Amino acid sequence: MEQNIPEVIRTVPLQYYIYFATALFAIGVTGVLTRRNAIIIFMCVELMLNAVNVLLTAFSAYRSDPNGQIFVFFIMAVAAAEVSVGLGIIVMIYRNFQNTDVNLLNRLKW
Amino acid sequence: MQETVLPAAGAPLPTLVYVLIPLLPFLGFLINGLLNKRLSGTMAGVIGSTTVLGSFLISAYLFSTFQYQYTVTLFDWISVGSMQIPFAYQIDQLSLIMLLLVTGVGFLIHVYSIGYMHHDENVGKYFSFLNLFVFSMLVLVLGANFVILFIGWEGVGLCSYLLIGFWNKHENFNNAAKKAFIINRIGDLGFLLGIFLIYLTFNSVQYGEVFHKASLAQFGPYTKEICTAITLLLFVGAMGKSAQLPLYTWLPDAMAGPTPVSALIHAATMVTAGIYMVLRSNVLFTLAPTTLEVVGIVGLATAFFAATIGLAQNDIKKVLAYSTVSQLGYMFLALGVMGYTSSMFHVLTHAFFKALMFLGAGSVIHAMSNEQDMRRMGGLRKALPITFLTFLIGCLAISGIPPFSGFFSKDEILSHVYEHNKLMWAVGLFTSFLTAFYMFRLLFLTFFGQFRGTEEQKHHLHESPASMTLPLIVLAVLAAVGGFMGAPMILGKHYLADYLAPIFTYSQRINPAAFAAEVDHNTELMLIGASVAAGVLGIVLAYVQYVSRGVLPAEDEGQRSTPESLVYHKYYVDELYDALFVRPIMVLSRGLYRFVEQGIIDPIVNGFGRITLGGGQLLRYVQTGTTGMYLILMVVGIVLILALNLFRL
Repeated sequence: MEQNIPEVIRTVPLQYYIYFATALFAIGVTGVLTRRNAIIIFMCVELMLNAVNVLLTAFSAYRSDPNGQIFVFFIMAVAAAEVSVGLGIIVMIYRNFQNTDVNLLNRLKW
Repeated sequence: MQETVLPAAGAPLPTLVYVLIPLLPFLGFLINGLLNKRLSGTMAGVIGSTTVLGSFLISAYLFSTFQYQYTVTLFDWISVGSMQIPFAYQIDQLSLIMLLLVTGVGFLIHVYSIGYMHHDENVGKYFSFLNLFVFSMLVLVLGANFVILFIGWEGVGLCSYLLIGFWNKHENFNNAAKKAFIINRIGDLGFLLGIFLIYLTFNSVQYGEVFHKASLAQFGPYTKEICTAITLLLFVGAMGKSAQLPLYTWLPDAMAGPTPVSALIHAATMVTAGIYMVLRSNVLFTLAPTTLEVVGIVGLATAFFAATIGLAQNDIKKVLAYSTVSQLGYMFLALGVMGYTSSMFHVLTHAFFKALMFLGAGSVIHAMSNEQDMRRMGGLRKALPITFLTFLIGCLAISGIPPFSGFFSKDEILSHVYEHNKLMWAVGLFTSFLTAFYMFRLLFLTFFGQFRGTEEQKHHLHESPASMTLPLIVLAVLAAVGGFMGAPMILGKHYLADYLAPIFTYSQRINPAAFAAEVDHNTELMLIGASVAAGVLGIVLAYVQYVSRGVLPAEDEGQRSTPESLVYHKYYVDELYDALFVRPIMVLSRGLYRFVEQGIIDPIVNGFGRITLGGGQLLRYVQTGTTGMYLILMVVGIVLILALNLFRL
């Protein structure tokens, strides 16, 4: 199996991809948890999604298995749809509150 | 004697024809009920009467073309495991006669009601209830198994409740309706248990199957005991519906309803359902001589007891009510001595003359502007000639004066009783004398002597409209000549007995002796003489007392001797029941309410509610509304799930 992997890819070890994706994901999580601006939270979600995409692509290339990359396409498509809906909501929030701070949106409580 | 086994399956007419019999009154009920406010009173009456007339015509056609017994299966109704209860009709001699009676007399009473209820504001409601009653009664009569019989049984109970309480603005009337309903429930419990026992014993509730198996005695070693138990339970149901001791007190109170209702329900149809049911299951009763003895004694006791109360009543309808209870007692007495046909005969003649008298009383009440107390009447003979003449025929019929119908049926019952037990016969004969006395007391007080009402009433006196007098005349003719369908042996042929004979084939096979017995002509003549003498004596005494001597019943507060007072207060039976059952039950219920309901059940039920509420109160603090909080919770949750998965692997 090892010999099927192209030379270019083998120059970077798989571990590096894992470290990179983990770091990216952690940054995403931290951003989502700490930031208050809805748009930034949204971008951090995208970071997390893309961290997963990188991992999937890397494993896909290293194992010569195209399934992983097909998943990536699906994730991108779903993410695009989600972003369009989410941004629409955020625009509406902005129109109503003149702000995108999520801590202002605490009406649904006891 | 023709051999009848299970009824032959094929029905000679399309099923629709049979369905229409009960369906037409049901349609009338729907139309009158739904268009209640939009139909004029007369229109509602016309619709109500026409539908019943339609059923009558179909029934008459069936009757005239009838050749053999059969059942009509409409659909499979209940089929659970081995239990199969189809919704089926039974067409045989008994159900046909009952059909004719219910629809025929029912039609006349509907027509009468058009005139009688003319001034009422809820005529549409009245006719829809009346139609619903006829529908239920037809279901009761037509059903081919005990379960359908029970449906009709409950249906007529409900309609009786609705109609007794028709003028529901009066508290007393509502109480009367409730009383009828509740006392009937007591009887129904017995009836229902009887049906369960029938199913357990015979594994079927279909008449044909049950009676066939019963006649072959194919049900284990305790044949006699089981039959006694079943029939006693069924008889408890009949006691409630047909107002027998001790469950009769609802019937006099039921006079709170409109008078035509009393004529239909409490004279001609519903109250005879108990007798119909016993006749239907005559095989089971023949197999249980103990029950028959009980039936006979209860019937005789009721007949006598109610007749004595009838002697002292002053409300024109109450007298008729007690007389009905008494006559129903006669019918059960006949059943008890296995004079099955005579009982049916009396059901028919009684339906004619009692419906006639109730309607006559209604006509009097109508003319007197809702006065029912006979002490305020008198001398109505001239103002209401048709009512008077028809009422007189009714009184002669019930008093057993030949050749009016009641004479034949009552005489037949008494001669059966004579063969059975001389003492019972003597009591029955004495009751017959009492009947003649109180019926003519009613007639003389109402129609003879001086008018004792107010000037206003006197001015208002008038004969009823044709819609009311025509049914009276028809019923009077029936009451006068109806007896000839069952003339005694000495006079000729007993058409009714011949016609009904196939119904009793099984019973006859089980106990041929009871059917073979025939009194010789001398005894028969003696019996006829005795009962006619009793009737005439009653009439003469009533004449002497209330016309010659012009005695008037004392006012409510008036002085009475002890026995008189006892009778006047109906032996204090209502008060007795009140003290024995009603009050203890009320006290018990209140106690249970206070201590069990409020003390135990409510805290438990409310406790569950409080626990849920409290839990919610606590949990709501999690709902902060802050997005960050939710996100953290979500992440923590995901991490936990991942961790759990990881460590399990």
